[in-house]
Amino acid sequence: MIAEVSLRATGARARRRAIVNAVMHVVLGLAVLAALIPLFLIIAVTIAEGLPAMTIEFLTSTFNFSRRVQGGGYLHGLIGTLYMGGLATLMAVPIGIASALFLTEFPKSRLAGPIRFFADVMTGVPSVFVGLFVYSLLVRQIGFGTFVGALSLAIIMLPIIVRSAEEILRTVPGDLKRGSYALGARQWQPVFRVTLPSAASGLTTGVMLAVARALGETAPLVLTALAAQTIVLDFQGQGQTALPLLIFREARGAFAAGQERAWAGALELMALVLLLSILARVIATRRASQ
Amino acid sequence: MRATIRDATMTTPTMTDPAADPSARQASEAPPAGATLPPRPLVRSANAPGTGTAGRETDGTPGRPAVDLSDVSVYYGAFRAVRDVSFSVPTHAITALIGPSGSGKSTLLRAINRMNDLTPGSRLEGEVRYHGKNLYASDVDPVEVRRRIGMVFQKPNPFPKSIYDNVAFGPRINGYRGNLDDLVERSLRQAALWNEVKDKLKQSGLALSGGQQQRLCIARTIAVEPEIILMDEPASALDPRSTLQIEELMAELKENYTIVIVTHNMQQAARASDRTVFLNMGEDRAGYVVEVDETVKIFTNPREQLTEDYISGRFG
Amino acid sequence: MTPGTETLNPIERSSHGRFGDHTFRWVVAAAGLTVLAILALMIGSTTLDAIPVFASQGILNFLTGTTWDPGVSRTEITGTYQAGVFLFGTLVTSLLAIVLALPLSIAIALFLSDVASPRLARPLAYLVELLAAIPSVIYGLWGLHFFAPTVLKPIAKFLSDTLGFIPLFEGPVVAFNPFYAGVVLAIMILPIITAIVHEIFRAAPLAERQAAYGLGATRWEVMWKIVVPRSRPGIIGATMLGLGRALGETIAIALLIGGGTTINLSLFQQSESIAAKIVNTFQESAPEASNALIALGVTLFAITIVINMAARLIVRQLGDVSGEAIA
Repeated sequence: MIAEVSLRATGARARRRAIVNAVMHVVLGLAVLAALIPLFLIIAVTIAEGLPAMTIEFLTSTFNFSRRVQGGGYLHGLIGTLYMGGLATLMAVPIGIASALFLTEFPKSRLAGPIRFFADVMTGVPSVFVGLFVYSLLVRQIGFGTFVGALSLAIIMLPIIVRSAEEILRTVPGDLKRGSYALGARQWQPVFRVTLPSAASGLTTGVMLAVARALGETAPLVLTALAAQTIVLDFQGQGQTALPLLIFREARGAFAAGQERAWAGALELMALVLLLSILARVIATRRASQ
Repeated sequence: MRATIRDATMTTPTMTDPAADPSARQASEAPPAGATLPPRPLVRSANAPGTGTAGRETDGTPGRPAVDLSDVSVYYGAFRAVRDVSFSVPTHAITALIGPSGSGKSTLLRAINRMNDLTPGSRLEGEVRYHGKNLYASDVDPVEVRRRIGMVFQKPNPFPKSIYDNVAFGPRINGYRGNLDDLVERSLRQAALWNEVKDKLKQSGLALSGGQQQRLCIARTIAVEPEIILMDEPASALDPRSTLQIEELMAELKENYTIVIVTHNMQQAARASDRTVFLNMGEDRAGYVVEVDETVKIFTNPREQLTEDYISGRFG
Repeated sequence: MTPGTETLNPIERSSHGRFGDHTFRWVVAAAGLTVLAILALMIGSTTLDAIPVFASQGILNFLTGTTWDPGVSRTEITGTYQAGVFLFGTLVTSLLAIVLALPLSIAIALFLSDVASPRLARPLAYLVELLAAIPSVIYGLWGLHFFAPTVLKPIAKFLSDTLGFIPLFEGPVVAFNPFYAGVVLAIMILPIITAIVHEIFRAAPLAERQAAYGLGATRWEVMWKIVVPRSRPGIIGATMLGLGRALGETIAIALLIGGGTTINLSLFQQSESIAAKIVNTFQESAPEASNALIALGVTLFAITIVINMAARLIVRQLGDVSGEAIA
């Protein structure tokens, strides 16, 4: 009869391995924490600084006087953001989804590869460069304004929509489409009756994420929308403003009143963007669970 | 005594496997001093290479089982995959687990080296004893268990590393102090692969054929000098020729190792194993043992009608 | 390419349906081409504006010189435009961001793929992703008025006090500097790198992990010796994508880096990046200076595009990875 076998981590080597293993687990956990702390700090500080300044006046007025004075608000910025965001969505969504349809319906086309690749590449183009491009192409001809601002946002949204829509459209079961073909349908018919409807929620998710991204953009607007002191409804030719632009201008200002407004504006913008992102996520999750 | 596997899922970095947690280990009943350092029945000293059986303390008691399962049930969440299984695995023999799909063969195999711990939600009741030591006791380190009880998987799964590095992986993490080149060569020789790969040890293990990959995986397992090798349908993904090679290899390996093999292939069990455990899936979809016996008996004169039906191909 | 219907349905050729198919095809193809056209136009239009600047300064001078002295002409180039200072500032902040973000990203991705249960990993991964949703200008505001003065300043002071003999950490610590910009930038690119690396780690086969466990590896050994090494190309690709994003990041850096005009080796002295220079001086620029800013933009674009294309090619070669997380 032999003595009882031990299966504990015995010996220096085994003990060291067990300790390294435990320590590294802690380290990895700390890394996650290190990422979550800034997230928490950004949200918490923005709320803490922004909420006191987030008055009815802030939400409903523009600043009609000097930046150093308290009071006034970012209503013109909110309107500019929604105006340009809406226009950009109108431009980017049809082109983006149509491009995605091209990639999924005609995957063997010689253009499919390059389009996919360059759409990917476009997501990596610095947004400030998009602003420079619109400035160089259009602003010098037709001036600053809502449209050129929206155009720069649309260019930023486009590749995001193309790639997300392609991923979604590709998951539409081929059976559905083949079912329609078997009934004698043309290629374009099932696209509108089957593919797009069944992909609707996924496409919405992608579009919302792209919109959220665009609404938060500042750099391209500096070069295209420029600025405005009041509410601007002109389509083009008149400088326009947006929440990020106002925050950017007042964040670096020396005046406490301006910084307060910047925080309130940041809270407003963050609420808008995070709401869109989280809503998009909820739609995506619901879709996945179906 | 009932042992249960704690949910292996880790929710926080500190909540490691209880058995791997040094503090948990200290808290548990420690064996009497002197018994802590095991009279490792399975570890060959590094300077007795290749000979395998040299210095093995279990040699004196050939009939003594290497592994003993008693009333083992394995759960995945609420689902019981295996129910009240008891059998023992003799040393230096090949034990085959056979049975239809869903009878829990692989689950049982993985219970023997605690691979099931890695599946979130898995839990074990009953006892798995390894030379008398409960593998699921709280002072057992599953990492150590897996080193001593090696495993070869259904699909060959070499690392995307060189042939040499594949074999050297285990010894390296274990801090092997001997001549690594020798160990790699010895392991590859034992796995009957040396002659085919000795000139291309730096090549990727993935460049080998399926059968060669599986033998590489066997060499890799041998290199950590386990006592027991578990094989989970090791030939099911291979062509007949490679299958035969693996079977011949198993026959050689049992000189030095205790082997447990799961197989779907009746002929393989009959040809290659010494002892056979026949499992079936019950009404509750849990696997249970129908019959355990010498392979010869199982295949010529089974006690149970069910066994006879199965081996003669009437179901499963 | 022939639409599938013609083979599926060769007999019935109602002119209406065929017309629809053709229209459909051309509309979606045109949309796809728009993507290519925009990119081409982007390169063409800006390069055209930038050429006079490159020509007057000489490419090499433009890239390496350190004088930026804008002129006020509407028609010709009269000032001196050299991007060296801004190139340097861009590289320093981006590299700092990568150095900080990459190890953290790998650690987080490992935690999500191999340590946390799926039930925990999913919400955690989403929270990390949320970092990417926060607008750049909010990072800038937060960095400028909260993070830099309360958290980073003491760290910077400590580093310059203890390691000040190294040029990189030489004091004094000024209110705006590339260290602040680089750290905030690291937080901004962290979710991007993490998302891709996580996807790559998840694509590592279970079979390899099991094999390593079967050989008696600890979980850390499985992660560090199996999962990470096999993912090296993907990690490189992810790093390059993160680098591309860092190089082009504008607003947060514009608020934090300080608008320096000379090359300074210290992380704690004012500096300037290409993108920040563009938005900081755009409004006060005469046409020739605007062209010079466009030339800066083209330079930035060229660098990021090369890095991006290389990264995409690397990541795409991996096959298993959709790259969805990247956008």
